[in-house]
Amino acid sequence: MIKLEDISSGYNKITIIKDINISFNQGTITSIIGKNGCGKTTLLRTASNLLKPFSGKISVADKPITDYSDKELARKVSFLPQLRSVPNITVYNLVMHGRYPYLGFSRTPQKHDKEIVDRAIEEMNLASYVNKNIQELSGGQRQKVYIAMVLAQNSDIIFLDEPTTYLDINHQLEILQIVKRLKQMGKTIIMVLHDLSNALSYSDNICLMEKGQIAIYDSPEGVYKSGKIEEIFNVCSQQLAVADGTKQYVFYIE
Amino acid sequence: MNLLQKFCTRINLTKSSKGYNVSVIALLIILLLIGIFLSISIGSSKISLADIVSAIRLKDQGSNNYRIISFVRIPRTIAAVLVGCALAVSGAILQSVLNNSLASPNVIGVNSGAGLFFILTAAFFPVNIYLSTIAAFIGAILAVFLVYFIARKTGASRMAIVLSGVAVSSFIGAITDTVLTLKPDTMIARAAFLIGGFSGITMDKLSFAGVFILIALIASLVLSYDMNVLALGDESAKSLGLNISRIRFSSLILAAILAGSAISFAGHIGFVGLIVPHVARFIVGHDNRLVIPVSALMGSIFTLLCDLLARVLFAPYEIPVGIIMSFLGGPFFIYLLVKGRRGQLYD
Repeated sequence: MIKLEDISSGYNKITIIKDINISFNQGTITSIIGKNGCGKTTLLRTASNLLKPFSGKISVADKPITDYSDKELARKVSFLPQLRSVPNITVYNLVMHGRYPYLGFSRTPQKHDKEIVDRAIEEMNLASYVNKNIQELSGGQRQKVYIAMVLAQNSDIIFLDEPTTYLDINHQLEILQIVKRLKQMGKTIIMVLHDLSNALSYSDNICLMEKGQIAIYDSPEGVYKSGKIEEIFNVCSQQLAVADGTKQYVFYIE
Repeated sequence: MNLLQKFCTRINLTKSSKGYNVSVIALLIILLLIGIFLSISIGSSKISLADIVSAIRLKDQGSNNYRIISFVRIPRTIAAVLVGCALAVSGAILQSVLNNSLASPNVIGVNSGAGLFFILTAAFFPVNIYLSTIAAFIGAILAVFLVYFIARKTGASRMAIVLSGVAVSSFIGAITDTVLTLKPDTMIARAAFLIGGFSGITMDKLSFAGVFILIALIASLVLSYDMNVLALGDESAKSLGLNISRIRFSSLILAAILAGSAISFAGHIGFVGLIVPHVARFIVGHDNRLVIPVSALMGSIFTLLCDLLARVLFAPYEIPVGIIMSFLGGPFFIYLLVKGRRGQLYD
């Protein structure tokens, strides 16, 4: 479990998020939603220790995040940024980088590391691409390679910053199905999503943010019924029951 | 390069396979050994392999050939090997860590720092030739510290390092020009430093810098995997548990030690640090665990070849090695740019 208490954070001494109190339970998917500039990514970066908070305390498995060494923390928490440089590297070597927190001084992967990397590649159906350069892959395939790297990192908590942005609808849904599989493996997923419908359909919890603060943190149903989404985004919405019994959400402007 | 790849395809060695990489390194080691032999044997007086062997075994120490080999050719050959590998590895590190294809040692202020301290010793301690070597080394390291210190104030991002390198180089250049104006006698020392070369190199001068180069080379190989992780981008690398500011700083210091050591006894020798890493990546890909040793070998071979040509082309006159490097390296680099398919050379 990861817990944030009284967190204020931002960039260049400018506060972006303030008084954040939230905890993410193990084996759940939480989507952080909100308007542009409300502090979603700042919250994600702060919670994953990429950004040092101005004040407050973050703890992972009941231990302050500052008490972990870099590599110890990387074995507990992983973060997949939205904007990444695309290095000139093969799929296999990139996924192997996921084992970095576990490598010794010689940085030589052991048999156990190779087995975990092979499993991650298999899990993401990337076996036919292992020797391909990731620069030759499509955006959707590339995202799967990065998720395979996160799988190889084998952390309990995974932060994903807009994992479906720039992908076509088929790849968006494929990535969200993968996120569900990660949850079934016992991982805690916290992601920023812009697509409200997908966020409500695929998540166990929704964290709706407004002006650097949490407006509501509840189940998708609870957040939807609160009317906060309509109020904050200034949109209308409708809940639809689909054939398999699940609920889908439609948002529109009148 | 196409020939090499065609040959490898014919013998079933695919690029990036272990066999391919081992073959490339083995081939480069053979070429380096041939280069070393040619560098020692060819010159104004030709020396046979038997003479070289007997000189190494310290036989016939009174002969002319022994003196030429021991005091001229071997120091010069070692100097070319050390300078070539040091500058090439320095460039490879900088291009990777700063993610900038145009990065070379002068980007982080190495050349300007070394140049200033070289001129200062020429101006105030003109009789002590060893002091200028040490001063140039110290100048190079201090300039890089200054660049990093300024860049750190703004987060030590790649762009901050490059921009503060430009600013520091420009500032140090102004100080150098002021010293040159006030002490016109140092113009000759300045010209010698800018042209660079290996004539008059002694083992005494080499031993100081050589130790630093060897230690920095080993440290570069140790850090090469971390440099690969850093190439994923700051956020991804940090999320994997890499201490990015420590690796970036260590890499910059290693690059500065390598280039500063080379410049301290050979003067300003450009181009190797820029083009050799590109050629290395063209052959073995972007994995720094391979790029660094391949750059070291290729840098040494290229510098040996250029120095050999500089000595024999217009013998008994000698052309500065930097000129030969630009004559050979410039067109070759253009050839690679034109021939290299998208992504292979400059991504």
